[in-house]
Amino acid sequence: MTMKTVFKKTSGLTEKPTHYCPGCTHGVIHRLVGEVLEEMDILEDTIGVASVGCSVLSYEYFNCDMTQAAHGRAPAVATGVKRVLPDRFVFTYQGDGDLASIGISEVIHAAARGENITVIFVNNAIYGMTGGQMAPTTLVGQKTATTPFGRDIHIQGSPIKVCEMMATLDGAAYIERVSTHDVPHIQKAKKAIRRAFETQKEGKGFSMVEVLSTCPTNWGLDPSESLEWVKENMIPIYPLGVYKNKVGGK
Amino acid sequence: MGKVLMKGNEVIAEAAVHAGCKYFFGYPITPQSELVAYMARRLPEVGGLFLQAESEIAAINMVCGAASTGVRVMTSSSSPGFSLKQEGISYLVGSELPAVICNIVRGGPGLGNIQPAQSDYFQVTKGGGHGDYNIPVLAPASLQEIVELIQDAFDIADRYRTPVIIMGDGMLGQMMEPVEFGEYSEPIGQTKDWATTGTRGDGAPKIISSLELDAESLEKRNEQLQEKFALIKEQEVRYETYEIADAEYILVAFGTVARITMNAIQKARKHGVKVGLIRPISLWPFPDKPFIETRNKVNGYLAVEMSAGQMIEDVRLAVNGCAPVGFFGRTGGVVPSQEEIYEKIMSFAGGLPV
Amino acid sequence: MLEEIIIAGFGGQGVMSMGQLIAYAGMLEGKSVSWLPSYGPEQRGGTANCAIVVSDELVGSPLVTRPTTAIVLNNPSFDKFEPRVRPGGLLLLNSSLVVRASGRKDIKVIEINATDLANDLGNSRVTNMILLGAFLEYRKIVSIESIVESLKKVLSPDKHHLIDVNKQALKKGASLVNIARI
Repeated sequence: MTMKTVFKKTSGLTEKPTHYCPGCTHGVIHRLVGEVLEEMDILEDTIGVASVGCSVLSYEYFNCDMTQAAHGRAPAVATGVKRVLPDRFVFTYQGDGDLASIGISEVIHAAARGENITVIFVNNAIYGMTGGQMAPTTLVGQKTATTPFGRDIHIQGSPIKVCEMMATLDGAAYIERVSTHDVPHIQKAKKAIRRAFETQKEGKGFSMVEVLSTCPTNWGLDPSESLEWVKENMIPIYPLGVYKNKVGGK
Repeated sequence: MGKVLMKGNEVIAEAAVHAGCKYFFGYPITPQSELVAYMARRLPEVGGLFLQAESEIAAINMVCGAASTGVRVMTSSSSPGFSLKQEGISYLVGSELPAVICNIVRGGPGLGNIQPAQSDYFQVTKGGGHGDYNIPVLAPASLQEIVELIQDAFDIADRYRTPVIIMGDGMLGQMMEPVEFGEYSEPIGQTKDWATTGTRGDGAPKIISSLELDAESLEKRNEQLQEKFALIKEQEVRYETYEIADAEYILVAFGTVARITMNAIQKARKHGVKVGLIRPISLWPFPDKPFIETRNKVNGYLAVEMSAGQMIEDVRLAVNGCAPVGFFGRTGGVVPSQEEIYEKIMSFAGGLPV
Repeated sequence: MLEEIIIAGFGGQGVMSMGQLIAYAGMLEGKSVSWLPSYGPEQRGGTANCAIVVSDELVGSPLVTRPTTAIVLNNPSFDKFEPRVRPGGLLLLNSSLVVRASGRKDIKVIEINATDLANDLGNSRVTNMILLGAFLEYRKIVSIESIVESLKKVLSPDKHHLIDVNKQALKKGASLVNIARI
């Protein structure tokens, strides 16, 4: 009997086991990016920029050249790389604290300049690495280490809707929000990531995919409850869909 | 190309272009804005790229990105903006990325003013950002010297994989003097096989990072950095002396202030006071040698600075208690005049309290 | 030779370019030179000044606190720099605008109604060149020819038609000093 390979690990990721918590969807999102790089056959022409937060070690997982940026500065570092090497693919992989809080200026200006880079923005509505503090994307009423009574708009203000905001910038060419809470959505997420890199390939400008993700550890939920939480609580506030598409196609 | 009359800020920029720097990421701030504007016009002519960043923080991080690809890259700022760059500078050191950063110092603290100062001496020579590190700092005193030191700065940066700081003051940036540029130089030194440019054709993925989660590994990395700093201390000391052979008193000053002291020294010598000058060119590593050679012979040293007294600490360390060390400084953007320096020399030499 | 010059006036009177021309001409003649401007809001608000050093030896301080020559184009600059001129030095005034008189006996004072004379030449913008001509006639630190040579290099080609009137202004200024000497 001959065995047929029906599934294998993507060459877009290294052999190194990730450090992510059980039930966290970072691993899934890594794989989607890795698969897209492999399928587009651009792994050897890609430089990734790691950020600070749970995904700080992503440079050990992506199987391409990687540079580690300071907290929030990945889009600026990516700009430096891309401007020197315009024919390479450059992406950043950032969480919500990194991108939407300390690094909001860098990502907005990278988009405004139409930097031809791809940003993978992982939004799980909380700071994971530092121990479950409020993020700019924390939902109203959501309890975190720094909003122990729930996020109160009179005290902490309202969540930032990054895709909606970025879509207003002329330099942004492709902006989509996706989710990883079930298999059909994961497949959609992969398509979005592929489209983002294709946007870069076509030189259309800034592309970003916001991926709604889980944090079972800091949410205090088990993995399946976490997936449900994304669907029930996050998606109504962060509607999925394409917010900007200068590339065309589906 | 012969001599040309240029502004200091423009000389810095042109010297960088001559040293093979094709990438510049900047943000406007007085008194170094001409440097940024010059690069914006000049770099496209040599097939390079100028980009105005949204902040000094973004600019230094763009430098990190460009440096990680192995090219010669530069940024510049003035004191308040330079403070903002400290984060990125610490990352450059930690990731061992070469770059040249220029600080045209102005009066502080806070917003201060835009007049010349040297009050960022501590910041540039003692680390400045977080972590255990030093950065080579070169302080030119004339526009011609800028041309030499910018070339040196890029060479040192590549040789040791380190950021290098050029420290000037508003006066140096704004003044004009004749300068002569040499030939264009292509970056020399070893191939940058550490650069992250994509793996095509060069094997396994490379990583540029300053993260080392395991304590003992980070300690080892720090030890390697310290070895590098020790080597720089051994190899890259630069200084100049003036009239010290018979000197009974020695002034210590760097940058433009050193030039002003030379007028005062000439006048003091006419009045019979044997005084000389040690001019540190590398502020880090600080030149201990000329002090060790003179400290048992002279009656005293007088540090002259555009600060409340910062370099004087390094002077005292170098003199090591062998002779008195006096101080004269002006702050807030006030430049010490040759007349007042002369008076200080005379009272110092006369045994009057300084 | 060590000449330490301050030129001061309103922004727009050509104070900075006058200084640059001296520095440029000095460079062409193989002398050591430096030019240092005042800069920042001070400059935008009204008064501007620059310091020029011309020397046979390497220029030490580019900063001039006690000038050997002060060329003063307006009243505020007179108040600021008249007391600072070194004994034995020169104070050159644009008497069209400076209404003060110097009481100092230890310096040479030359007054020239340069703005009026410039208007006579049909271009008030050459006020600075009349004063420069006078200065160089009195203190021959660089030649008028070198200044004209510098003008050719400093002015963009589309402004070269202005060289003639500048030359006339330089000569006019120089001639007045000759008269003053007689």
